[in-house]
Amino acid sequence: MTEIVGFWVAAVVLVAASLAVVLTPNLFHAVLWLAVALVATGGVFLLLDSPFLFAVQLLLYAGGVVTIAVFAIMLTERLVGESIRQTSRFVFNGAVLAAAVFVGLLGFLLQAGAVARPAAAGDQLRDLGRALVGPFAAPLQLLGVLLVIALLGALYFARTED
Amino acid sequence: MPLHAYLILAALVFAIGLFGVLTRKNAVGILLGIELMLNAVNVNLVAFSRFRDDLAGLIFTLFTIAITVAEVAVGLAIVIVIFRVRRTIEADHLDLLRG
Repeated sequence: MTEIVGFWVAAVVLVAASLAVVLTPNLFHAVLWLAVALVATGGVFLLLDSPFLFAVQLLLYAGGVVTIAVFAIMLTERLVGESIRQTSRFVFNGAVLAAAVFVGLLGFLLQAGAVARPAAAGDQLRDLGRALVGPFAAPLQLLGVLLVIALLGALYFARTED
Repeated sequence: MPLHAYLILAALVFAIGLFGVLTRKNAVGILLGIELMLNAVNVNLVAFSRFRDDLAGLIFTLFTIAITVAEVAVGLAIVIVIFRVRRTIEADHLDLLRG
């Protein structure tokens, strides 16, 4: 029962915040709505018995991405000295295409049979940690390399000219 | 809730993000749309992981979250550089590479 109520609350908040992200004219408000959408997604993770991913989502996504985006907007606005409005174009075509993609996915999903939800396995954190240093150790190392490269690249782009 | 509910929710958010990517003129707005789409994919991965009782989905989600953060850092750094050079971040005005 709590799962059904929680799902509908998270779903309504997530869809409403997502619509606000793509529709609001103020770029700064769009980023704040994105934060709401990301936290609602974390709520969906909680409903799927993944509290660890909920924490990761809050720390990295809602914390990191939103902070970086806010900084970028404030820096560019300071350079130009006025608040940036963002307008949309091709609204009708975009809506038709997005709706077509959604209907296509929906038709595909509705053909699939129902899957029973297995019983909660308890604390997955131990298995997750073992998998990260076991079968997924090499991808984890590559991920570290990728993060270093990305940070160096971002520093290189954002450096001052002198 | 059945698996379908989570997948349909993810598809809806994905479509909304696609709409944002297609219609936003501002480069930061386009990046925000991409964030929504990646987020919808994460919901799918976690839902499949839970309903199939397979840990790989959770690990994929961890990886996509980390890669997305890297992508946003580089993407926004590029946006700031473009803004310094061209004084605009409207995607339609960025035609430096047009022949």
